[in-house]
Amino acid sequence: MIKLSNAQLWVHDQDEALAFYTGKLGWEVRADVTVPELGNFRWLAVGPAAQPDIAVTLMAIPGPPLLDADTAEQLRDLLAKGFAGTLFLTTDDVQASYEELKARGVEFVDEPEERPYGIDSGFRDPSGNQFRLTQVRELATA
Amino acid sequence: MAHPAVPDPTEAVRANGAKLSLVPTARHLLRAKDLADRRYADPLDVDGLARAAGLSRAYFSREFHRAFGVSPHAYLLTSRLERAAALLRSTDRSVAEICFDVGLRSVGSFTTSFKRSYGLSPTAYRASFPPASHLAWIPACVVRAYARPQHRTFREDGEGGRA
Repeated sequence: MIKLSNAQLWVHDQDEALAFYTGKLGWEVRADVTVPELGNFRWLAVGPAAQPDIAVTLMAIPGPPLLDADTAEQLRDLLAKGFAGTLFLTTDDVQASYEELKARGVEFVDEPEERPYGIDSGFRDPSGNQFRLTQVRELATA
Repeated sequence: MAHPAVPDPTEAVRANGAKLSLVPTARHLLRAKDLADRRYADPLDVDGLARAAGLSRAYFSREFHRAFGVSPHAYLLTSRLERAAALLRSTDRSVAEICFDVGLRSVGSFTTSFKRSYGLSPTAYRASFPPASHLAWIPACVVRAYARPQHRTFREDGEGGRA
């Protein structure tokens, strides 16, 4: 059986990201390891407490030789423009989650709103990564 | 006047050659773009978007266009037109009401801009979709209650007729 264990997001600053994902989003640190023999590469992973087998790796944008300066700059630019990806989260009570996160200073792009599939809201992390936070409607079965 | 409120991050890289911690200008532009998507219904203009980005208006407009390929004015207008189109499809509100709902002030300009973008007037655009009532997610209990036909019997249906 193949399972999803880890997804990766680019972040602008790992310390800033760590503070956001743990302090504001309320996720756990799953790994935070800096490897000197890899040029101080830092493997930083976080995840929601309710899902111990799924983590999101918060990856700093590397420089040369892995990425040449121009490509790194393009990636940094795409991230800041909000085009580097989206994570889709669900919650049992989107209004409560929204109020909790907003009180902690999370930057919401969309307040909770009724959609055919549920009540949907959206926010961004400090780097510009997009999140949807949805209370999914239980579909009536015919 | 035309200098950024936020330092250019590439300068920080050149200066210390190490860790990048300054927020790229594009991140501030994205904040303004998100605001246009979220607060289109408010009397929001390019000055307001520039303020949200923390940049001078001239610098903001130029950088926004460079980052996203459209002027902030055009982005805000197309956000409003997209929302208006959705309201035309999914509600039975009047064209004037929808114009104001999406933060526009002039019905005449709205109609002109809409037609330029969608190739049809708001009214013709609406007419090309099924009636909004087809889209409403009306709860089953309401449908049951309101769609129930009047009971008719053959004989005892007259005044005061009782079974």
